[in-house]
Amino acid sequence: MVDNLNAVAVWWFALSQTVLFVLIAPLFTSWVRRIKCYLQNRQPPVLLQPYRDLRRLFAKKVIFAHNASVVFRSAPYIVCGTTVMAAAVIPFLVVEIPIAAMADAIVLVGMFALGRFFLALAGLDVGTSFGGMGSSREMTIAALAEPAMLMVVFTLAMLASSTNLSTIVTYILNQELVIRPSLLFALLALVLVGIAETGRFPVDNPATHLELTMIHEAMILEYTGRQLALMELAAQLKFTIYAVLIVNLFFPWGISQSFAPGALLLAAFALAAKLAVLGAFLAISETAMAKMRLFMVPTFLAVAFTLALLGMLSFIMLESL
Amino acid sequence: MSIFTVLLGTSLCAAFGSGIAALAADRQPAILDWIVFPLLALSGIAAISVCLMMFSDFPGYAVVLPLGLPWLQWHLHIDILAGFFLGIIGIITFAVSLFGPGYLREYFHSDYSLAVLGLATGLFITGMQLVVMADDAFVFMVAWELMSVSSYFLVAYEHKESANRRAAFLYLLMAQIGALFILLGFGVLAAFAGDFSFESIRITTLTPFWAAISFSLGLVGFGMKAGIVPLHVWLPEAHPAAPSHISALMSGVMLKVAIYGFIRLVFDLLGEPHWGWGIVLLVAGSVTALYGVLYALMQHDLKRLLAYHSVENIGIIYIGLGLSIIFFSTGLYTFGVLGLIAALYHTLNHALFKSLLFLGAGAMLARGHERNLEHMGGLIHRMPWTALFFLIGCISISALPPFNGFVSEWLTFQTALQATKLESGVLRAVIPITAAMLALTGALAAACFVKVYGIAFLGQARSRHVRHAREASRGMVLAQGLLAVLCLLFGVLPTVTVAALNRIADDLTGYGVVAATQKGWLWLTPIAPEVASYSAPLILLGVFIAIVVWACLYFYARRRRRIQPEPRKPAWDCGFGPLNSRMQYSATAFAMPIRHVFRSLMRLHEDKVREMDPRLPTHPSALRYQFHADDISWHYLYLPVEALLHAAARRVSRIQTGHLRHYLAYSFFTLLLLLWLIT
Repeated sequence: MVDNLNAVAVWWFALSQTVLFVLIAPLFTSWVRRIKCYLQNRQPPVLLQPYRDLRRLFAKKVIFAHNASVVFRSAPYIVCGTTVMAAAVIPFLVVEIPIAAMADAIVLVGMFALGRFFLALAGLDVGTSFGGMGSSREMTIAALAEPAMLMVVFTLAMLASSTNLSTIVTYILNQELVIRPSLLFALLALVLVGIAETGRFPVDNPATHLELTMIHEAMILEYTGRQLALMELAAQLKFTIYAVLIVNLFFPWGISQSFAPGALLLAAFALAAKLAVLGAFLAISETAMAKMRLFMVPTFLAVAFTLALLGMLSFIMLESL
Repeated sequence: MSIFTVLLGTSLCAAFGSGIAALAADRQPAILDWIVFPLLALSGIAAISVCLMMFSDFPGYAVVLPLGLPWLQWHLHIDILAGFFLGIIGIITFAVSLFGPGYLREYFHSDYSLAVLGLATGLFITGMQLVVMADDAFVFMVAWELMSVSSYFLVAYEHKESANRRAAFLYLLMAQIGALFILLGFGVLAAFAGDFSFESIRITTLTPFWAAISFSLGLVGFGMKAGIVPLHVWLPEAHPAAPSHISALMSGVMLKVAIYGFIRLVFDLLGEPHWGWGIVLLVAGSVTALYGVLYALMQHDLKRLLAYHSVENIGIIYIGLGLSIIFFSTGLYTFGVLGLIAALYHTLNHALFKSLLFLGAGAMLARGHERNLEHMGGLIHRMPWTALFFLIGCISISALPPFNGFVSEWLTFQTALQATKLESGVLRAVIPITAAMLALTGALAAACFVKVYGIAFLGQARSRHVRHAREASRGMVLAQGLLAVLCLLFGVLPTVTVAALNRIADDLTGYGVVAATQKGWLWLTPIAPEVASYSAPLILLGVFIAIVVWACLYFYARRRRRIQPEPRKPAWDCGFGPLNSRMQYSATAFAMPIRHVFRSLMRLHEDKVREMDPRLPTHPSALRYQFHADDISWHYLYLPVEALLHAAARRVSRIQTGHLRHYLAYSFFTLLLLLWLIT
């Protein structure tokens, strides 16, 4: 009986943790923007601006293009749904959550792929060349980024002998503090993949609507109202998921291994601090770098893939003896 | 006579009988609807029942038929592996029998004979069923040839187009060369066993050298049918040539029969495998997978594109088999079983979704009269059901959760991740690279199917026929729906499927994975729960809850009149006039960035023709762009071989002088030589 109650409580906790995850996603985006503003001598908007934008969009009326089909209408829900589901399986504040066993790291990559599949289809649905351009570019970048991402996953999985995210985090948390070359390579690769997958500098510019350069914005150009809001939220959430993955997989210090309130509070603070630092680093790098030409992006991703492969081979050659 | 015998007999006789009945179809086309296809459906149902009985602890069945030569009677035997493949044949045959009547309406007023089509189809299905039932090399080869030759007539069916005749000839040529290799492979085995029956082959052990020879012969022979690169060249030619329901059978089932033959040879007949074979399969499989998907991306003929995807998926199956052999030969039996299960699972999945996609392509061809993606568009508005099922096929083949393609790729990845347990450094380094190639393949496949679906079903219609297409007939939709439901079912119930496939592996190799299903049907845990777990039913439950919550909110808001029907407005056209269908992204344009990235691996031909305006010589009046990707295996393998053969033939032809006395001299010396040899 007590066990059952505990199990129910744990599931509730996991769900509320996911809700929290979704809620802080706009905040993290806003934080990165804010640092960028400071670095570029601009006046930043208030920290809650993304929430205001979302509220405004949710309240607005939805308009569809003449040719939009059911794929276009359902894509925002699928894209947002898969991203929320991905958020649910990631160790956020607590290592051991029951949802994490539902989907391991490979399934996580699969969920992102499913969301992207529908996002790209939505881009093609209306039949404008903007959408097609965005979809084509997005799928090209994804086709090159996904193997790199899976290589990172494989390196971690071989290291921890498991593809479950909880087990991987526990393993890294419990090992002594040594710099493993495999982890270093995997971290670098994951950062590059994250940048490409979330459409940040130097791969894509989330702030532009210039047709020659946009990727993500081109696909969602025809969206309005709450559908646009869902797409925006999904993008912000995906960005935050990659950030949380990076900090929790490679720097899991502070993450709670129990459900005690004190440990949870500590974990929340630790995560906030780590995300703030990561966001600041990202803002600095985005300010210092110019956007790449589209046909340089494959090279960028080839570097990510090579790093991930090096990480895996260095684990196999050097560390697993 | 047990019920099992009856079912088995029904499945064979009904397929054969449908072929015979079809002979009257030219005079009386209604016979197709009332006799031919119902018989095929009966055959399919009987085959599925045999499969189900085998999986519910039926001990297997062997029979010797008094057919064939007096001293070489036909041995038939059903074990659980044969039962599984019979089930695949049955499912697809059943779906095709639903699809066929509607589809063949297109051919009623053509010049082609429906009788030939029906006869060849019946024989083709009978042949495939016999191949998996065969228990000696003799029946196997007879059935194999029946399958190959009857499918030749199906490929050559629309013979008035020269491209189809060429494709059929190429197919026949490669099928015969492949059969020759298989025959030689069995020959090596039979020489050691002294007998053609699989039973005596199974108990003889070959020397490692001859085992390797037999393995290589089998790899080439079965690989030619299955479509391993570079032996795949007939696939992209033959699949577009055949009628679509036949393409579904050929791609969905016949390639699987080749996989069956290979598994039977390597895992059952040859005995102890060598790890080197595994490496060969792994390399061949990953090259095949990547090659297939890259060329698929370059195609704009839908059926050709699907054919290249078959090549890709065969590669994935071979990767699973290669992993399995490596682990078996190094003594890690559990992981070996896992690899075999992954390969078998993918075999089943590929049969389902590839047949679904070919049937969808058939529906589009029948209603929109188009195979070329560049002329399609907007079909989701015209053919909503076909669009839905085709979408499910696309998601499944792109290996996205929660559909079936994802599970088998996930299992393959899980097997590959166990490479750290191996002793040999080479193996540990090769396997992850294979996994990387598999990952790249999966991602590219997703890109390719976004292209297919986005260009064919979404956007605006690009041609008149497509603009006025109607939804396919009820049977055609039903057939696709059946396969789509199965794709979802095998995607969300992986634990049940893996438990069933585990019994095949157990029967074949004597080992099984117990851990995979130990946490109940909800959780798939291939190695151990803490190593990896996947719960497709729970994910589906999550999706379901999300839909319910959304629906509640939606209806609540509508009740409160918060939601009005959304207005429709023109899409954003940058302020210039209205958009038309020619301004959309085309299939060629969609694949352009990927083409650019991988251009060094392919031979691409781009023709840009510029027609100048005669009055204004600096201004082009029209631009034409044509793009075409040559299969490099033609350039680097087949054309050189062909040139070599040609040169050799020319040399030899010198003896053809045309004088009678020379020929008489040849006969005389040949006779002398033979007499000398005999004495």
